[in-house]
Amino acid sequence: MKEFLRPVFLVTWKDILLELRSREVVIASMVFAIMVVVIFNFALNVTPETVDILAPGILWVAFVFAGVLAMSRAFVIEKDQGSLEGLLLCPVSRDSLYFGKMLSLFLFMTVVEAVLLPIFAVLFDFSAFSFTLIGVILLATLGFATVGTLFSSIAVNTRSREIMLPVLFFPVITPVIIGAVETSTGAIGSSVNVIGVGRWLQLIAVFDAVFLVLCPWAFGLVMEE
Amino acid sequence: MESVRTAKVTTTSSSPARSYLGSTKSVLLLAAGAFMLVNMYLIFMWAPTEAVMGHVQRIMYIHVPLAWLAFLAFFIVFVGSLMYLWKRESKWDMLASSAAELGVVFTSLVLITGPIWGKPIWGIWWTWDARLTTTLVLWLIYVSYLMLRAYSSNRSQGALYSAVLGVIGFVDVPIVYFAVNWWRTQHQRLVIGSGSLEGSLNADMRTTLYFSMVAFTLLFSFLLWQKMSDKRIEEDLRSIRYSKELTRGARIGR
Amino acid sequence: MNCAEGTPAIKVVDLHKDFGDYPVLRGLNLTVEWGRLLVIFGANGSGKTTLLKLLATQYRPDRGEIWVGGIRRSQDPVAIRRIIGVVAHQPMLYQDMTCQENLTFFGRMHGLDDIPRRIDDVLHKVGLEVRRHQRVRTLSHGMQKRLAIGRAILHDPPILLMDEPESGLDQEALASMGDLLRMEAGSNRTAVMTTHNVDRGLAWGQEVAVLSDGVIAYKADRDSLDEGRFRGTYLKQIEVAP
Repeated sequence: MKEFLRPVFLVTWKDILLELRSREVVIASMVFAIMVVVIFNFALNVTPETVDILAPGILWVAFVFAGVLAMSRAFVIEKDQGSLEGLLLCPVSRDSLYFGKMLSLFLFMTVVEAVLLPIFAVLFDFSAFSFTLIGVILLATLGFATVGTLFSSIAVNTRSREIMLPVLFFPVITPVIIGAVETSTGAIGSSVNVIGVGRWLQLIAVFDAVFLVLCPWAFGLVMEE
Repeated sequence: MESVRTAKVTTTSSSPARSYLGSTKSVLLLAAGAFMLVNMYLIFMWAPTEAVMGHVQRIMYIHVPLAWLAFLAFFIVFVGSLMYLWKRESKWDMLASSAAELGVVFTSLVLITGPIWGKPIWGIWWTWDARLTTTLVLWLIYVSYLMLRAYSSNRSQGALYSAVLGVIGFVDVPIVYFAVNWWRTQHQRLVIGSGSLEGSLNADMRTTLYFSMVAFTLLFSFLLWQKMSDKRIEEDLRSIRYSKELTRGARIGR
Repeated sequence: MNCAEGTPAIKVVDLHKDFGDYPVLRGLNLTVEWGRLLVIFGANGSGKTTLLKLLATQYRPDRGEIWVGGIRRSQDPVAIRRIIGVVAHQPMLYQDMTCQENLTFFGRMHGLDDIPRRIDDVLHKVGLEVRRHQRVRTLSHGMQKRLAIGRAILHDPPILLMDEPESGLDQEALASMGDLLRMEAGSNRTAVMTTHNVDRGLAWGQEVAVLSDGVIAYKADRDSLDEGRFRGTYLKQIEVAP
């Protein structure tokens, strides 16, 4: 087990170190997410009456788009420097590499979300400190990171990589988005009645479990192991 | 020193037309054609008119088989993808990509016939009904599959990546369906009209529907077979072209 | 390090690799004995890089089998990666980390003991001690390549794979690289190097081979090289190149 975990943490730590130095991923995602929120605010004409209905959707659109930005940048950097190849030459299993990258992506996304959440709570006037809300954010982000790591490792090797990643990613994670928005609507304690928040959380958890098994396997194949 | 290997070319009999006519594939084509002709008669002439929806309801005899085939095609993509990932033989990749190319067409037709059926009945083109929405997501996955093949750096990478997507996508579709279904039941107010479009079917309608399913499936099978033959010929052409270049001593560049 | 008695350092049997548009390697066979330095010549697109990537477990063979250090690629690619050092076209280094940090990272990924001493040793060999704490981004291309070599030998691998190590280097870097490589390759390591520079390749290699039409068209010891045949197979391919 230790043989498996050691490289995972090494890769994650390396990504964190590089991000602290270059600051390419997290800041860009944060700024992008805030812009998305502001634009949606105008586009949807959010009023105090409609905010309870619209806020969860806007929140998740912002998180998802910022997430896609983060995952595309994370792999493009590796590819352009050829460092992905360097990783592939290390005597570690492809699974370890996958989980290392996935974990660092997950951490970056949750940092962005953690900063953004209080801002949204203020903008849309809801309580950010609900366990359900934090729970669904973590579960959904795990789903995004799981599928996103695989798809960005595929997209980065194709022509037109900027369009391939969203095209691959969005259809597959629709269940997570639906579940996340539904749960958030309930968790924000709004006037909208939501049945079965627990059921939605279960759906996202099942999604995560299934793809946490499938994606590392697929990653190994993609890396021609 | 190894000599240049000549490409493997599938031999066909002297007259292509004659060999085609005698083959099993042409039998399938005839069967499909015959069934579809009968099917058209059944759908438009024989089947009784539905009491509530009127003649528009006849679209169901096309829409439902198309939907069944759209998902069947995706299952074939899944099987082809898995087998390709396991065996790495190009015939499995051909099966998967042929099924995907047909599948996207059938799915598009489902998405077109659905609203055509729904508009007179519901009054609006699209209602985010659970099955139609899942079909929309399926359509998106098909499109991303074909795009991935098109944008890959080379053919073998395209085959590998799309096979991975074929498996991932197939596992995802049931989860999408559950999510969308719960989502719809939660937002009842947007669903106009109760339950499904089909309503209740009498015996004659059911017969027509089953016959239509069979007819369309035969048609699909023929198209799939034909597509695979086309792809096989393309691959042979590529091999021939490549070995010709070699013997000419031309430079092979990347 | 495990090497079964009598097995060659590298053995390739009937290797096929095809990118779907055209076959690159078409039934390639190759054997490299321990302690030898083999230089493989081939025109652009002949498959040199593909062959090296296959040996480095970066690619998966379509058909055929590869043994590196007696280890079968299809069985245990991880074990193979433990005993090879690879120098490729790109330096494969993290630009925003220092030389020391890069080496430390890869050392830890290799599960090495005594990493600081190894780093000292390697930096000394490639002549980058003064640059130890500089970020890789600030180094010249030649220095980055030297660091890449350092990374390749950090875990003291018995087998070195080098893909056109001289590419993109200026005269001075080339000279020092040559010394370095000769020293490294000579010191009991087995090495396979690809190049399309005939003079340098012939100067460095103990054995030479020509990759042409997807197979090893010619292979011989440098000393018993048949100039005619060599130039025939190799130069024939580059002559028709536009």
